[in-house]
Amino acid sequence: MTHSSTTSKPIGTGVLARHQAELDAGRFLIQRCGACQRAVYFPRVLCPHCGAEEPALVAPAGTGAVYAVTTVRRKPEAGGDYNVSIVELDEGVRLMSRVEGMPPADVRIGLRVRARVVVPPGGSGIVVFDAITGDAA
Amino acid sequence: MTTLKQLRGSAAIAGVATYGCGESPGHTDMELLAEAARRAVSDAGLAMKDIDGLCTASASATMWAMPVVEYLGLRPSYIDSTMLGGSSFIAHLLPAMQALASGQCNAVLVCYGSAQRTATFGRREVVASRRYLDPQPYETPYEPMQPLSAYALAASRHMHEFGTTRCDLAEVAVAARAWARLNPEAFMRDPLSIDDVLGARMVCDPLTVRDSCLVTDGAGAFVLVRADRARDLPREPVHVLGTATAVWNRQISSMHDLTTTAARDSGRAAFAMAGLAPSDIDVVELYDAFTINVLLFLEDLGFCAKGEGGAFVRGGAIAPGGRLPVNTNGGGLSCVHPGMYGIFALIEAVRQLRGEGGDRQVAGARTALAHGNGGTLSSQATAVLGLAQTL
Ligand SMILES: [Zn+2]
Repeated sequence: MTHSSTTSKPIGTGVLARHQAELDAGRFLIQRCGACQRAVYFPRVLCPHCGAEEPALVAPAGTGAVYAVTTVRRKPEAGGDYNVSIVELDEGVRLMSRVEGMPPADVRIGLRVRARVVVPPGGSGIVVFDAITGDAA
Repeated sequence: MTTLKQLRGSAAIAGVATYGCGESPGHTDMELLAEAARRAVSDAGLAMKDIDGLCTASASATMWAMPVVEYLGLRPSYIDSTMLGGSSFIAHLLPAMQALASGQCNAVLVCYGSAQRTATFGRREVVASRRYLDPQPYETPYEPMQPLSAYALAASRHMHEFGTTRCDLAEVAVAARAWARLNPEAFMRDPLSIDDVLGARMVCDPLTVRDSCLVTDGAGAFVLVRADRARDLPREPVHVLGTATAVWNRQISSMHDLTTTAARDSGRAAFAMAGLAPSDIDVVELYDAFTINVLLFLEDLGFCAKGEGGAFVRGGAIAPGGRLPVNTNGGGLSCVHPGMYGIFALIEAVRQLRGEGGDRQVAGARTALAHGNGGTLSSQATAVLGLAQTL
């Protein structure tokens, strides 16, 4: 009987689980490919740009701009309207998220934003964004 | 090797049918599908025993070809149940043409049915179960109202980059309704104005409920045979001159550019195979899940330049009497939308080419384009169709 080499040692957790564990600990990471140097998000086991092996998880600057925006209308008794945005990070990758701390109707394409990790009690961490105001923009 | 150019026109749609469009309470998806299938086979002048190829897809059942084979009593030598959302049934064309050309099969039935409007297990349950069966962990936490939010995000980007307005989007809904008013099969036939659309209930800015497709029941089916056989069947053959499918992404957040869809590739390839250009097309059927779709597809398929979709549709330009007839049945916005609409776009194109459009007939139509969209602007399939004289 022969064994495939891939079964001879444990392979550890997948990148989604490791990325989520970092979020749960309050850290937002993206990936950077060691071969082509391009940023990657969402995290995956190979580089979608060049096919190289799993890009390393790295900390982004955390800043970016709203790329596309919508307000999902919801009855006030159900929690009211909320923002859904696609944010483009300064590293060049995009992700779905929301901008907090301002009325949904005021979130505009081009708005400069900074990432913040929210970890609800007993829940999974997610990335949200706040508008960058004043000189920090 | 058979080239795509050699496949041009090699197969023809010999029969089409729709069934149960609108509300069909007390029916299963399968019952609607089977009735449409039976009628399409009959329309082709064939019997169910002549069908030896099957293409079908379901929004909920993952092994859908099997119960369809069982229900219809088929023994197909060719099966394609590739699920590419609402683009599936147009995407099924090219492999079916290859199977026909190789002799693997002789008559392919393409069929779809859904009772999603009246069924107890409807769209809401499908969306909820997908969270487990087909997770999108990087989007779901933000509670996008899918698929609407994805299209709203694309619309926001189109407005930002090109100055497209909510009025431009409303033009699409108003044109669709004007066509629907000429179509007895259409679900919504009340008058609809630009102001009605602008004043309708906002769901995901900038899209209102009137920018959004219907949720109806309905089924559609068509039969594809080799061109030489189609000539001997009762209906005027509608040849597939060119067809192609392209997918670039699944999630809207992974879309490379929210204002350019993979229809740019599917359209370019379909036109290349057909040896035609957008200016050669007499009637256009586009999957209008939301009003923004029509602007994006008119641009990506080459009917106007990128960013000029809004200007292109202004002033009733795609409505009856306009410069280009688009979605002549009333589309997914006003005619029928049972979850996956692509097959209905194709069927309407066939009906127009056969001259069966009644009050909505585009006079002298010889060529048509049908375009399917799947997922959230994720999958795009284009077909260029023509009568025998265009071969
Ligand atoms: Zn790479």
